Amino acid sequence: MDRTIAIDVNRLCKSYDGHKAVDDLSFQVYAGEIFGLLGPNGAGKSTTLRTLITLLHPTSGTATVLGHDTVREADLVRTLFGYVPQERAIDRFLTGREHLELLGALYHLTKEEAAKRIAELLKLVELEEHADRPAKTYSGGMKRKLDIACGLLPNPKILFLDEPTLGLDVQSRLRIWDYIRMLKARGMTVVMTTNYLDEADQLCDRLAIIDCGKVKTIGSPAELKVALGGDIVSLTIKETGRLGSLAAAITGQPAIRTVNTTATGLDIRVESAEKALPAILEAANKLDCRLDFIDYHRPRLDDVFIAHTGRSLRDAAPAEETT
Amino acid sequence: MAHYWQEIEALTLRWVRRLSREKFSMLFTLVQPMLFWLIFFGNLFQRAADVQVTQAPNYISFLAAGVVVMTVLNNGLAGGVDLLFDKENGFLERLMSAPIHRSSVILSRFIFVMTITSLQVLVILGIAFLFGVHPATGLLGVAMILLIGMLFGVGLTAISMAMAFSVKSHGDFFSVLGFLSLPMIFLSSALVPLTAMPTWMSVLAQFNPMTWAIDAVRPLILTNWGDALPHVGMAVVVMLVFDALCLYGGAKAFRRAMG
Repeated sequence: MDRTIAIDVNRLCKSYDGHKAVDDLSFQVYAGEIFGLLGPNGAGKSTTLRTLITLLHPTSGTATVLGHDTVREADLVRTLFGYVPQERAIDRFLTGREHLELLGALYHLTKEEAAKRIAELLKLVELEEHADRPAKTYSGGMKRKLDIACGLLPNPKILFLDEPTLGLDVQSRLRIWDYIRMLKARGMTVVMTTNYLDEADQLCDRLAIIDCGKVKTIGSPAELKVALGGDIVSLTIKETGRLGSLAAAITGQPAIRTVNTTATGLDIRVESAEKALPAILEAANKLDCRLDFIDYHRPRLDDVFIAHTGRSLRDAAPAEETT
Repeated sequence: MAHYWQEIEALTLRWVRRLSREKFSMLFTLVQPMLFWLIFFGNLFQRAADVQVTQAPNYISFLAAGVVVMTVLNNGLAGGVDLLFDKENGFLERLMSAPIHRSSVILSRFIFVMTITSLQVLVILGIAFLFGVHPATGLLGVAMILLIGMLFGVGLTAISMAMAFSVKSHGDFFSVLGFLSLPMIFLSSALVPLTAMPTWMSVLAQFNPMTWAIDAVRPLILTNWGDALPHVGMAVVVMLVFDALCLYGGAKAFRRAMG
């Protein structure tokens, strides 16, 4: 893969009223890859993205896009990327075509250039038939397609997507994933935020797991899973009141690495399932815990997430995104 | 420069399109509540208002100037609403992440609000005409009225946009709007002349830029250029100061919100 650096975020900090939304964050995005920022709401993904699209000034640290500083060279940077904001950034009274025409003028295309590119984009996202209907008549998936067409209108080298499939039905999601893969195939660099693990796993070449404004770990999904090592034993028990004592009994046993308590059971990282299972079962027996369910598997991306943030993405408090 | 115009033209066209898509809203925008002040309030108080006090042939001709400036007030104060919604749903971010001059969005809004307001003022003067109120200074006077309206409207729209950029939620925006508009009207010379007010109210009314605008528009409708010109001159000075303050505040709020 081309290792040219497209985006360089260096020790980025952003505080709001003393609260650090982004705290000493650094990462690099290579040209031509799909890079994901994965984390729960409020982790600092949006703040990072808004810095990259020049709409936020960092408290300290820098961000560059294709070598240009997002603060000092903001005007230039704005010509380099396309942006697909989080849902709803649609004017319900304008038609799809009018959205694109408006952006065409804002990117200073001539009428002819704009008309040509708009026709191409409408075809690409399969909105030709609906182009002249007001956006309020569009379904969620159609709005998202229009969003993406808007992001592609400037014919950018880099595309930023904020939660591209949030709230979409399964089919629309898969369709959007297809588009994103196709854009990568055309050589575009794609940076996206997501709080869906499967999306990050399926789509991203590399991703950064972000929590509490910090990068917890960074790498390709496969690397991150391998780095975790061992197996994961998941179990649920009927006597959920005894989860605490069961966790305590298991912790520190040979072959057990970490024990994480969920709502109804435990996720246990072990050296190998064969060595650890007897000890786990014995502990459960001693405490009279009746097992509802038990299995073990190779680490998945959600295990990576738990290992680095100490909680599952689903449990992470949906705190309000600080923008 | 060519780019600048291209941006402003496209953004202004968007506001026009939005309005034209909502036929009802467009109708209500033109035939708006201000008209009812003129028609109902004006006729209702025809006999209750003392012509010795209002110094006008009848109450409706006195009220016309007030209703014209009230129209400017309401439009101006509501001028930021669409930007507020753009801010809340992320459309503004989409616009601002494009390589546009930072002021294009704001300027397009000014142009749109001023145009709509001027059209409404013309409708109001037209209705007043049907009730026998004939502007004493003629068409040139009407043009002057529009100019004063725009000068006042620029500052008000700037306040409204500053609020749109600063408030946390649109609930706050509309609370402040509702709170501001009526006292601005009562503490002005819109409904009665300052001389007929309790002293404390007339003192407060003199600090209201709206009073100065109305006092310039009224002689343009009722008397003649000789009477009007000193008031017009004063109004222009007051409006320029008012606009400068509002634009300064608006620019600060905008810069804070947009980085």
